[in-house]
Amino acid sequence: MAVMTMRDALNLALREELARDGSVFLMGEEVAEYQGAYKVTRGLLEAFGPKRVIDTPITELGFAGLGVGAAMVGLRPIIEFMTFNFSILATDQIINSAAKMLYMSGGQFKIPIVFRGPGGSAYQVSSQHSQALESWYAYFPGLKVVMPSTPADAKGLLKSAIRDDDPVIFIEQERMYGMKGEVPEDENFTIPLGVAEVKREGTDATIVARSVMVPVALKAAEALAKDGLSCEVIDPRTIRPLDINAIVESVRKTNRVVIAEESHPFAGVGAEISAEINERAFDYLDAPVKRVSGADVPMPYAKNLERLAIPDVEQVIAAVREVAYL
Amino acid sequence: MGSQTTERREKSNTPAGGATGVLDAPPSALANQTSPQSPAIEEDRETLVKIFHLMLLVRRFEEKCAESYSLGKIGGFCHLYIGQEAVGVGAISALRPDDYVLTSYREHGQAIAKGISPEAVMAELYGKAGGCSKGKGGSMHLFDKRVNFLGGHAIVGGQIALATGVAFATKYQETDQVTLCFFGEAAVNQGAFHESLNMAQLWKLPCIYICENNRYGMGTSLARAMSFQNVAQKARAYELASEFVDGMDVLAMRQATRRAIKRAREDYLPTLIEARTYRYMGHSMSDPGNYRTRAEIEKYQERDPIRVFTATLKENGILTDKDIADIEAQVKLEVERAVRFAEESPEPDPSELYKDVYASP
Repeated sequence: MAVMTMRDALNLALREELARDGSVFLMGEEVAEYQGAYKVTRGLLEAFGPKRVIDTPITELGFAGLGVGAAMVGLRPIIEFMTFNFSILATDQIINSAAKMLYMSGGQFKIPIVFRGPGGSAYQVSSQHSQALESWYAYFPGLKVVMPSTPADAKGLLKSAIRDDDPVIFIEQERMYGMKGEVPEDENFTIPLGVAEVKREGTDATIVARSVMVPVALKAAEALAKDGLSCEVIDPRTIRPLDINAIVESVRKTNRVVIAEESHPFAGVGAEISAEINERAFDYLDAPVKRVSGADVPMPYAKNLERLAIPDVEQVIAAVREVAYL
Repeated sequence: MGSQTTERREKSNTPAGGATGVLDAPPSALANQTSPQSPAIEEDRETLVKIFHLMLLVRRFEEKCAESYSLGKIGGFCHLYIGQEAVGVGAISALRPDDYVLTSYREHGQAIAKGISPEAVMAELYGKAGGCSKGKGGSMHLFDKRVNFLGGHAIVGGQIALATGVAFATKYQETDQVTLCFFGEAAVNQGAFHESLNMAQLWKLPCIYICENNRYGMGTSLARAMSFQNVAQKARAYELASEFVDGMDVLAMRQATRRAIKRAREDYLPTLIEARTYRYMGHSMSDPGNYRTRAEIEKYQERDPIRVFTATLKENGILTDKDIADIEAQVKLEVERAVRFAEESPEPDPSELYKDVYASP
């Protein structure tokens, strides 16, 4: 184990997988000579050379499609979006090509590709650079969607994503790159996709949280514990496939659930989890499922407004108290 | 080599009348400005007969598709290739079997030319388990890994970026395979075309982009859709080699593709080929064709690619009338066999619905 930042844990995963498999290459804007806009790819050009670590023009649709084509004939591309906001330009290739190729070719062409980069809320960059897009990608059968919440998860999940034979959307939280944690240095350490983890055990209420909302939920649970309320925090880690059984199991134990997410509420991942809980564990619920989401507005720039738009510890605490009728 | 070609084409593509003059002229009038008119025959008899056979097979296959569609045997969208056979058959005839082809949704003929059996193509159109995509892709999504036919893709221009990636992979893997990518002229207005050409020349990728300029993007004519209507010259913006070819002349198509293949195989260089052609049928089977006149269609049919090639073969003593009649009879049997296979092939098992969504679920 070593203590490192999420940024360095991701870098280590990339480094190990590039070293392990010659068919893996990394491509994106500023990933090579500039060392990555967020320094996740620092040192990789030096270690693996320009054939394996490739700077692209600003041409998201183009290099996303190039990656899918390369994956059709045996390569394992890692396509970095400088931020997931720019993946919006590439959605035709992600959705219509990557997600559907295996199916519409009758099982002939698998697409082992990872689209990764930072997503979710960022600091004061206003509406176009600060948004959560996981519900878009999770909507499509054929895609897998991963959102790590700790440096160790980031490393283990990214390695699994690179080794996976399907297209994986890997969303790193921009505000978490500097977060530190213990990370296994073992090259064989991986975390399987589709497996949730209980980040804190509890008995009175379940908080389902992903990505940057996990530390927020843990802080809320910590505060609530002082009031004698025991919260379980569960992180699905993979949005699709979703480990709904683990979530339902927790809800059956605690009978109360809050879903915390920084994305917009409408047609979001939280809405899907809520629907699943209602279908599978309705009789176990002692209170309606409660969501805490980002404000249903484009992200504002002004600091005070931005703070209001992103869910915080207080909102999660209030939601838990609400489902606990306190 | 690449830049020489580009310069030569630039000169020959700039007629006194300007771009509009070129585009309004039928392909026959363009021949001496672009590819050499009626190129000297370089091919042996066997190759020529094979090409002729394929062109006729594609034509009769598509005619049968129109009939089957009218009978409700084929569903969805169905885009026919009639009139454009010289482009696909000519270009693909220049490839090696291990080269890759990616294309649009008007791909039945190209799929057959690349080596998918007419049976597997027809069964796919019928939505049957024996189809080349197990009945899950249909007319617009024909695939066959065994012959490196990497699909029919149905979002206009999408396949151009994919093909660029396949070419990237072959260079990465240090093979000498080339990738051929077909698209219509309407796709040239999409970002994917420009983004791909830029990357292909920037990174020297062995991709051959063939624009089948059939003059209409669905019902919108070139003149109504493109500000600068000389597709081949757009390659100049990216310093790509380009050629302007009479797409009604199968041997001109084959020879232009061979030149591009040489650049790709030997020097990892991309090429843009603009093939001027014409589609006789509607955009799809549901298109009434109100945007053009019968006279216009007939004007192009005078330069029908099969008729042109038949004349060439007869003039050069390659085929006699009897040979041609024999090939016609053989093609008829092949198409009948394809229909019979499609009719008899079972529907996909209901369990197929949830298969092939993920490679590792």
